[in-house]
Amino acid sequence: MRRAAVLGTGQTHHRTRRTDVSMAGLCREAIDRALADADTGWPQIDAVVLGKAPDLFEGVMMPELFLADAIGAAGKPLLRVHTAGSVGGATALVATSLIRAGVHKRVLAVAFEKQSESNAMWALSIQPPFTAPIGAGAGGYFAPHIRSYIRRFGAPAHVGAMVAVKDRRNGALNPYAHLRQPDITPESVQASPMLWDPIRYDETCPSSDGACAVVIGDQEAAEASPRQVAWIRATAMRTEPTFYSGKDHVNPQAGALAAQALWTAAGITDPLDEVDVAEIYVPFSWFEPMWLENLGFAGPGQGWKLTESGETRIGGRLPVNPSGGVLCSNPIGASGLLRFAESAMQVMGRAGEHQVAGAATALGHAYGGGSQFFSMWVVGRHP
Amino acid sequence: MSDVAVIGFAASDRSVTTSGVETLVPVFEQALDRAGLGRREIDFWCSGSSDYLAGRAFSFVNAVDAIGAVPPIAESHVEMDAAWALYEAYLKILAGEAETALVYGFGKATAGDLHRVLALQLDPYTVAPLWPDAVSVAALQARIGIDAGLFTERDMAEVAARDRGGNAEELLGRPYLSNPLRAHDVARVTDGAAAIVLAGGERASRHRERPAWITGIAHRIDAQGLGERDLTEVPSAAAAARDAGLDHDVDVVALHTPFTHQELLMRRALDIADTARFIGTHGDAMFSAGLSRIGAAAEEIMSGRADRAAAHATSGPALQQNLVCVLGSNPPGSNPPGSNPPGGNQLGGIA
Amino acid sequence: MTIAFDYTRSLGPVLGRFMAGLRDGRVLGGRTPDGRVHVPPLEFDPITHEPVTELVPVAPTGTVISWTWNARPLEGQPLDRPFAWALIRLDGADTALLHAVDAGSPSTIRTGTRVRVRWAPTRVGHINDIACFEPGETAAENVAAPESAEPVEIMTTPIRLHYRHTTSDEEDAYLRALADGRLIGQRCPACRKVYVPPRVCPADGVVPGEVVAVADRGTVTTFCVVNVPFAGQRLQPPYVVAQVLLDGADIPIPHLVLGLDAAGVRMGMRVAAVWRDRSEWAFTPENIAHFEPAGEPDAPYETYAEHL
Repeated sequence: MRRAAVLGTGQTHHRTRRTDVSMAGLCREAIDRALADADTGWPQIDAVVLGKAPDLFEGVMMPELFLADAIGAAGKPLLRVHTAGSVGGATALVATSLIRAGVHKRVLAVAFEKQSESNAMWALSIQPPFTAPIGAGAGGYFAPHIRSYIRRFGAPAHVGAMVAVKDRRNGALNPYAHLRQPDITPESVQASPMLWDPIRYDETCPSSDGACAVVIGDQEAAEASPRQVAWIRATAMRTEPTFYSGKDHVNPQAGALAAQALWTAAGITDPLDEVDVAEIYVPFSWFEPMWLENLGFAGPGQGWKLTESGETRIGGRLPVNPSGGVLCSNPIGASGLLRFAESAMQVMGRAGEHQVAGAATALGHAYGGGSQFFSMWVVGRHP
Repeated sequence: MSDVAVIGFAASDRSVTTSGVETLVPVFEQALDRAGLGRREIDFWCSGSSDYLAGRAFSFVNAVDAIGAVPPIAESHVEMDAAWALYEAYLKILAGEAETALVYGFGKATAGDLHRVLALQLDPYTVAPLWPDAVSVAALQARIGIDAGLFTERDMAEVAARDRGGNAEELLGRPYLSNPLRAHDVARVTDGAAAIVLAGGERASRHRERPAWITGIAHRIDAQGLGERDLTEVPSAAAAARDAGLDHDVDVVALHTPFTHQELLMRRALDIADTARFIGTHGDAMFSAGLSRIGAAAEEIMSGRADRAAAHATSGPALQQNLVCVLGSNPPGSNPPGSNPPGGNQLGGIA
Repeated sequence: MTIAFDYTRSLGPVLGRFMAGLRDGRVLGGRTPDGRVHVPPLEFDPITHEPVTELVPVAPTGTVISWTWNARPLEGQPLDRPFAWALIRLDGADTALLHAVDAGSPSTIRTGTRVRVRWAPTRVGHINDIACFEPGETAAENVAAPESAEPVEIMTTPIRLHYRHTTSDEEDAYLRALADGRLIGQRCPACRKVYVPPRVCPADGVVPGEVVAVADRGTVTTFCVVNVPFAGQRLQPPYVVAQVLLDGADIPIPHLVLGLDAAGVRMGMRVAAVWRDRSEWAFTPENIAHFEPAGEPDAPYETYAEHL
């Protein structure tokens, strides 16, 4: 298979409301940073892939159409990806396929969400009139599955708070993060309001405006780069239905199979040992231990122990979300691409204050829908 | 690198339920049956659809139920006509990430007022708040073409008469819908679903005696601004045609043109030979229509009615985004010199 | 059903100044480095990709480049009587703007017709500050206010759309049974699992077979307590949303569990449906108001563990 590499990344300052920019301005803030980071000029970009979650969030049908010119896609091929919450990851994977297929030399992947244009909870509450009117909100969808995890493995209640403290403190090291809380404590998390029992306020992702962009190049472009690139060693994506009889919502098959395929393709036999840092899609704190198990970093029931041991902090055996992750910044459509970009930044040695020392192999992960769409990649300092 | 071919196609214009699942199940069965493949033999699934068409967020998620994705599958979705999903699947095969793929599109265009819904594709700051409907926007384009002397209302009526029967004279006697468009100039909006099965190299030959080989496929987008671009030119289509290797040797052409004047504009942009036969349509099934055009062109090859066929898909207001796919009875490697290899870097001509 | 929301569009520096200009009664164009003046302005130059920074005034008069007649105005459009849509190149601009022309009849407009802005009586910094255009050679009136420095930050855009949803045959039968006070599922012919509501089996992708009656009582597999208000919510928090595995079904349904303190709801709790008064029944799942404790011993964990 042809080789592909991340040449550069860029992201916006993520905030609840970026009222200072339009949608085009938001995208360009990330794109311009990515092009500069990749040392790439506009004429070198062969194609653009844009990812975004539901169009109802911004009230624009296929916004890539009106944005085509501003994001530099006019006259070029443009694809618009939408795979629910995993879309940012899927966007990076489609861009990678464009390189691996030998069609292009340099592709720009960009993902954004301007949540302040409307209200995501409202948009998600729209259901056909003949379905049961049992709205519980985004947290209400996932809270029962967190309860199931806690029940299945007897996990102690403070593990969720530990994740929140770690990620928010990490976010304080990331100048782009929406929530930066260096002084957060387990006590303050546990004192925060219970929103969707068992999920507390401080264990919940924010709603953000933001964008992320990544330039992906072929082997020749990567080798010509004057800067360290992030080689894409393996990619994987899997999908399963939202609901089916016997679905394991705690440890979904699609995530586990994607991870197996990913490690095999990357030649990794012991992920905990061989991966230096992981950017995992954790919108609610308890998903860190759940996904550690789903991804094969820990056995069933062992994920919370890995988190509790402190090994997922920066400096631990497997730092998870040194950027602060989705718990600190959540521009939905871009959240997955941020995980992929942050993993690349780590192996390129360009993660600034939240750099994991010596990171040579990193995981980027995203999921979406009802824990049913999974996309992930492994990037490395070396091919 | 592998050559890629269409080995199965099915479409339905049955009214689509809100979820789309019930329409898709038989379409998948037919397409797979024609391809001689089982559901579990598909390496990659890819779909195209629109939340705004369906009137709710994540409308494509339900449709996955039609696949029966247990054990889980490799799958992706574009918020575009499924012709672009086919492009993504084609890439996966070229990249060596899959050998077979099933591409599907679906849409319930009749759920809402489509022409009003499509106003939301326009610039959300300066255009969409005025709610210009899709027919009016197309009419503005048609008039510029007429004023420029590129075609007449009679030329447009003749396109309609070819596809829908009747004669141009009689059609021209009817009242305007959105001057200069009459009812016959506007494709009937329908619900629909379509599926295409793709296979790479040897797998294609094994499953189908006469696969429709994709000898070239490319797409481009133009800037949207209706007052910014020359609405009579379709540079994105011309560039895509050039990169896809579209030439005067095609026997048959399937264009995706929701308005009669757009066929006339596309013929110019694509420089289609006068000898080419056109495959008409009976409606515009949004988000599967472009994929169905590729399917219709592929059927011409698979059935032996043609040796070379071209298909086109469009998206966005006034032909903003375009995809061209050229198909042949022989794999790309065996084509005469001058045609592009699949997946070659074809960007030299882009300014 | 209707979906409606007032979207709040943040405009950024270029569109913010353009909208402020409209509010102040003047039309601004964006000048790109090649000297062309774009109306509406572009935020980024299409050639150099650099941000556009220079805005210049153009005339409120212009020429029709293309037009069409809109005999039946639709919801949200600028005029509620028949009007023309037109692409209009304002004097001093190099590109055309799309807007409505209050021409009266299709015979009074053609390509090349001269038109002028008709300003809205009250202007807020919105494209609708131009009420429409009207035929005319010169500006109707000078409404321009002194230029104010404040660009418009946010522009509100109501979006209101109407959709008609369509049930599948299976959903139809399910709703008919509900109207009759019954709950039904359907068995997948491949995996033999009973789905409630009945549907194409998501695991096998096949149309369901045998219709199976299921009980209106079951077991809470897992749940959450919703304490938080959010947009689109249909109930007043706090309330418990539980996954209820009905007796005879192989997949849980989400529903409300009421009739006890939220803290008393447990995984494994046995619950029974509370139907609304028969006179209120319709073809809807809302015939079941909620579930409440059935007064039976809790189900052992093993009996529902595979449904979590």
